[in-house]
Amino acid sequence: MTLTAAFFYLFAVLTVFSGVMVISAKNPVHAVLYLILAFFNAAGLFVLLGAEFLAMLLVVVYVGAVAVLFLFVVMMLDVDFAELRAGFMKNASLGALVGLVVLAEIVTFVAAQVWKPGVLPAGIARAAPIPTDVSNTMALGQVLYTKYVYFFQGAGLILLTAMIGAIVLTLRHKPGVRRQNISEQNARTKTTAMDVIKVPSGGYTIPDKAAAKAEGA
Amino acid sequence: MNLYPKSLDTWWDWGLWLVLTAGLSLLLLVVLLVIIAFLLLMDRKVWAAVQMRRGPNVVGPFGLFQSFADLLKFAFKEPLIPAGADKGLFLLAPLVTSVLALAAWAVIPVGNGLAIANVNVGILYLFAISSLGVYGIIIGGWASNSKYPFLSSLRSAAQMVSYEVSIGFVIITVLLCAGSLNLNDIVKAQQIGIGTRLGMKASLLDWYWLPLFPMFVVFFISALAETNRPPFDLVEAESELVAGFMVEYGSTPYLLFMLGEYVAIVTMCAMTSILFLGGWLPPLDIAPLNWIPGPLWFLIKITFVFFMFAMVKAMVPRYRYDQLMRLGWKVFLPLSLVMVVVVAGLLQYGPQVR
Repeated sequence: MTLTAAFFYLFAVLTVFSGVMVISAKNPVHAVLYLILAFFNAAGLFVLLGAEFLAMLLVVVYVGAVAVLFLFVVMMLDVDFAELRAGFMKNASLGALVGLVVLAEIVTFVAAQVWKPGVLPAGIARAAPIPTDVSNTMALGQVLYTKYVYFFQGAGLILLTAMIGAIVLTLRHKPGVRRQNISEQNARTKTTAMDVIKVPSGGYTIPDKAAAKAEGA
Repeated sequence: MNLYPKSLDTWWDWGLWLVLTAGLSLLLLVVLLVIIAFLLLMDRKVWAAVQMRRGPNVVGPFGLFQSFADLLKFAFKEPLIPAGADKGLFLLAPLVTSVLALAAWAVIPVGNGLAIANVNVGILYLFAISSLGVYGIIIGGWASNSKYPFLSSLRSAAQMVSYEVSIGFVIITVLLCAGSLNLNDIVKAQQIGIGTRLGMKASLLDWYWLPLFPMFVVFFISALAETNRPPFDLVEAESELVAGFMVEYGSTPYLLFMLGEYVAIVTMCAMTSILFLGGWLPPLDIAPLNWIPGPLWFLIKITFVFFMFAMVKAMVPRYRYDQLMRLGWKVFLPLSLVMVVVVAGLLQYGPQVR
């Protein structure tokens, strides 16, 4: 499987490279575009693992929708970079510490696997077998809607709460805004929309002026 | 059609696989681009005929070579990059648009099993790739560093993201009926349906346009919005935004944008015919009709859907932005959501159709 390995290294290197560029790019729009490239390469890695459904969902949800909104916000923001850079050096040591801890944890985990294979519980140490008789999508669906259905519904409820919260925070009804009401427009008939005014023949008088004259006299 | 090597163990097998895949992809792309050149001409001719004009009629007989003349014109122009533009992204945007649009054709079956890659999640791949088309527009509009392109790209990004939602739900209803995400299987599932129950086996009444008719209409209109076709071409509404996100573009980059746009439109036509019009299946499974090879039926269906796209462009006035958003979020989203529930309920508890 030489080609698989070659593609793995291609995607892995590009993922790491674009991850680095996300935090080091000068322009925030470039940073978001590198983030999208990182998502894309992660999707490629999923395909190599045989998880094509997850890969496609990653592209549809994150690249196709979430990152678009990201890009939207970043493009319209007016960010002062000198200020951001100054803040970067202040927090760099804390960030490095967090990074180091995460790295140490990953190294310990992998090292435990390599040197003492029995030290971790069997369920964690072994990757789940890739089912051969059912397709990827079907395998996911079979557990997601049976065994994990409450978690699935719970996640959905949390997202619903977040959505309602965002709408409540931003929805404002301004008075005096004229909006198009299509059902109202369609409900208009000849009798409600038109007035037939009798105009006397033989020279016309503008009604307002005539009334003013009558008042003045 | 199984020339591919059984396994990929030796370098010889790898080479054979690579040559076959590259050759077939090249063949597909060349045929596709030539067909698109003539579809573009048809678009203009239909538009002209509706307005009682003649349309392009100078280059070649009946103006048949107009698209190729346009190609040469754009290719020989000098590419200009505005001084204030972000040069890398400015040139990346048209490439993204055209490459992504062409990449969608990797999974589309033009005949029974005739796809470059017959993947299990084909429909999801198509959906993912078509939802990425928005990046070409956003990047192009931003990198131009100009006001009108930026406004246009923001506006059309919101439009395309909105209509993706209803397209997604429409795809789900079709998937529920077909029971597969593989495009080949979705077409094959349309051989049995209402027509078979009425005694017309494997006919055009079996295809999903009949049982899922509301979804067919929603998909058609959403496809127009997703590809920025009139009446939803707010991205380049020339009366308000000059030429939208393409204001600063000329010559080959502009050509790539146009190409990507038309390839995306034809992809949407192909998707409509795969999901609702039975892909490569003949309309009636009787002697003279089922002699015609599948790819030709597929082409006929794509041309038919494209003709409808062109007629809509010619006849319907452009939507206002708030009307467009209302249609997407307040009409199509609830409708398609309800239809997903109804279709799922009918399949589970209703009479056995299949």
